Amino acid sequence: MLERIYKAQTIMANACKKLGRQINIMEVCGTHTVSIFRNGIRWTLPDGLNLLSGPGCPVCVTDQAYIDAILSLAQRDDCLIATYGDMIRVPGKGGSLETDAFKNNVRIVLSSEDALQLARDNKEKIVVFVAVGFETTAPATAVAVKEASKENIDNFCILCGHKLVVPAMETLLSGKNDKIDGFLCPGHVSTIIGYGAFENIAKQYRRPCVVAGFEPMQIIEGLAEICRQLAEGESSVKSVYTAAVCEKGNQKAQKIIKDCFDHAQGRWRGLGNIDKSTLKLKKQYSRFDAYIRFGIDPLAKSDESGCRCGDVLCGLIKPADCPLFAKDCTPTKPVGPCMVSSEGTCAAYYKYERRK
Amino acid sequence: MTAAMAETKKILLAHGGGGQLADELIRKTILARLGEKRPEGLEDSAKINLSSKSICFTTDSYVVKPLFFNGGDIGKLAVCGTLNDLAVAGAIPVALSLSFIIETGLEIDILEKIIDSIAKTARQNNVHIVTGDTKTVDAGQADKIFINTAGIGIRLKTADLGFDKIKPGDKIILSGSIGDHGITILSERQDIKFQTTLKSDCAAVSGLTSKILTGTTGVRFMRDPTRGGLAATLNEICRQTGLDIEIKQSQIPVKPAVQAAADMLGFDVLEIANEGKFVAVVSPACAEKVLRICKKHPLGKKAKIIGQITGASDTPLVEMETIIGGRRIVQMPYGRELPRIC
Ligand code: SF4
Repeated sequence: MLERIYKAQTIMANACKKLGRQINIMEVCGTHTVSIFRNGIRWTLPDGLNLLSGPGCPVCVTDQAYIDAILSLAQRDDCLIATYGDMIRVPGKGGSLETDAFKNNVRIVLSSEDALQLARDNKEKIVVFVAVGFETTAPATAVAVKEASKENIDNFCILCGHKLVVPAMETLLSGKNDKIDGFLCPGHVSTIIGYGAFENIAKQYRRPCVVAGFEPMQIIEGLAEICRQLAEGESSVKSVYTAAVCEKGNQKAQKIIKDCFDHAQGRWRGLGNIDKSTLKLKKQYSRFDAYIRFGIDPLAKSDESGCRCGDVLCGLIKPADCPLFAKDCTPTKPVGPCMVSSEGTCAAYYKYERRK
Repeated sequence: MTAAMAETKKILLAHGGGGQLADELIRKTILARLGEKRPEGLEDSAKINLSSKSICFTTDSYVVKPLFFNGGDIGKLAVCGTLNDLAVAGAIPVALSLSFIIETGLEIDILEKIIDSIAKTARQNNVHIVTGDTKTVDAGQADKIFINTAGIGIRLKTADLGFDKIKPGDKIILSGSIGDHGITILSERQDIKFQTTLKSDCAAVSGLTSKILTGTTGVRFMRDPTRGGLAATLNEICRQTGLDIEIKQSQIPVKPAVQAAADMLGFDVLEIANEGKFVAVVSPACAEKVLRICKKHPLGKKAKIIGQITGASDTPLVEMETIIGGRRIVQMPYGRELPRIC
């Protein structure tokens, strides 16, 4: 292993030397961020290589208006909010789903299937599933919606916050943060969408895209491959992910998503509105659409708070550059989602790197 | 089994009521299965004659879901957990108390299985259950069964343990692989596929710790890394002593199936609960000897020196050299870790 690390380090160091400037690589996915910190990977990289954490933590990229919408639904006694655990501590108007005022109407679920079961078991309530996540969790949501439709479980609906990875990356490159030299792309999303999905970024934007798993060795070798491409003036899509990723991805899962959802304009924290970047339930499933059912505007603007999560997840600032970091904002008293989520960049910096 | 018991295969509120049903439950189900001789009959307090004035006393409550898991059950856990608390304080366990809070509707079969497991674990570890209590609550007011045990142990004369004994340069020994218990429970709860290869490490380490404490003199401190895992234990040492700690990931045993399941669920194994392990801080001079004693014992075969106490600092930290040669801080776990979304 040490030999492989050494080899990768040499490639990275050579690339830094050859380009004669800082190389900025963005790891798109929150799971990568955690693994990088947990394994102390930044320590092993040459000085000239800078890692930026991207918009890949599903909790962090949800816009504040979405969080506030969930909180307002949690206040209604005819609603039961079914959510993944990661979401419950995200602060919004009046507290978080953990706050006393809301928590009686909140249930943590591990899957969309559990949420559907909750609806079957609580006929007197409208169960609202907080459907967040990228292409990895969207198929399961789709399956639950289809089942609900088949069984006519009318007290089930979803507040769809599912997002697509690639449009966010393109938005970053088209202006938000063009200093990104290459992307370390998430393995598990790629098994669904296929590495071909990053082709446009490599070709049109001329940024290397390398798919890697979450083991430290794969991450290091993925970073080295990006550096190699940069040094040699190349930009292509490669995979160093040992698990099955193919160019086209999991077509069955893609079909499930397609059957159930359309692509729509969506609102991201930090990135604003992005065309065709979120999933929206198809017309035939609109009775399960919480936006329609409760008259919520999916593109509503949110109030500004002091939190700079938006800039953090675009790679524009590091958490320590946020004036609230480790002072007013800590994992026990989070101000923004990046400090709440186990995959949030601020939480990772706080947990694994803060020395004071 | 009496007629009354045959009719009521489930726990009723009356089983905790102090009447005939309660009496039967205690005599026929609990005491008979525990197999404890009780010369003084069913008194409210047990009388124990101890051979020493230096005793350790501890208590803990046990709630676990599922009640039965690969490698143990709530009964075994309730005995081992309290024995381990005594063990790491440097005591040889003597007697336990045993109290149940049972939710109405629990099948008596299940209670019997739990009691059998308690009896077996107590017997294996030479400890007597000398007093106890049973309460029943309405459905929904407890989750099937809660157990509380308290334990008394005689402190070994050679044990002089405490945070204040820890010095820079001391070595940190871990008795075996981490994460086994917590990951087994989490994955059984979430029904993920690795299950068959995962097994809780639930065991009483008092046999091994007493061997170490009678065989060497340089042990400064011991702790069983239960909730919050190794990360919580090391941070506690760090906070209490004001000393920095450095550990090496390459020396920390983790079973591959445990690592795989933890990765999948998004957990850090350092923060996962263990139920049959201990951490010992020992003087550098006796570290090898402690290690040798561990390795001769079935519960310490995989023991390793995982790091050391480095020096004093204003902001004491636990730092880890990772397998790939990087470094990171190991922090006190936030509390409840939630499985990640994708
Ligand atoms: S430190 Fe807190 S407030 Fe600042 S960007 Fe991070 S999460 Fe937001």
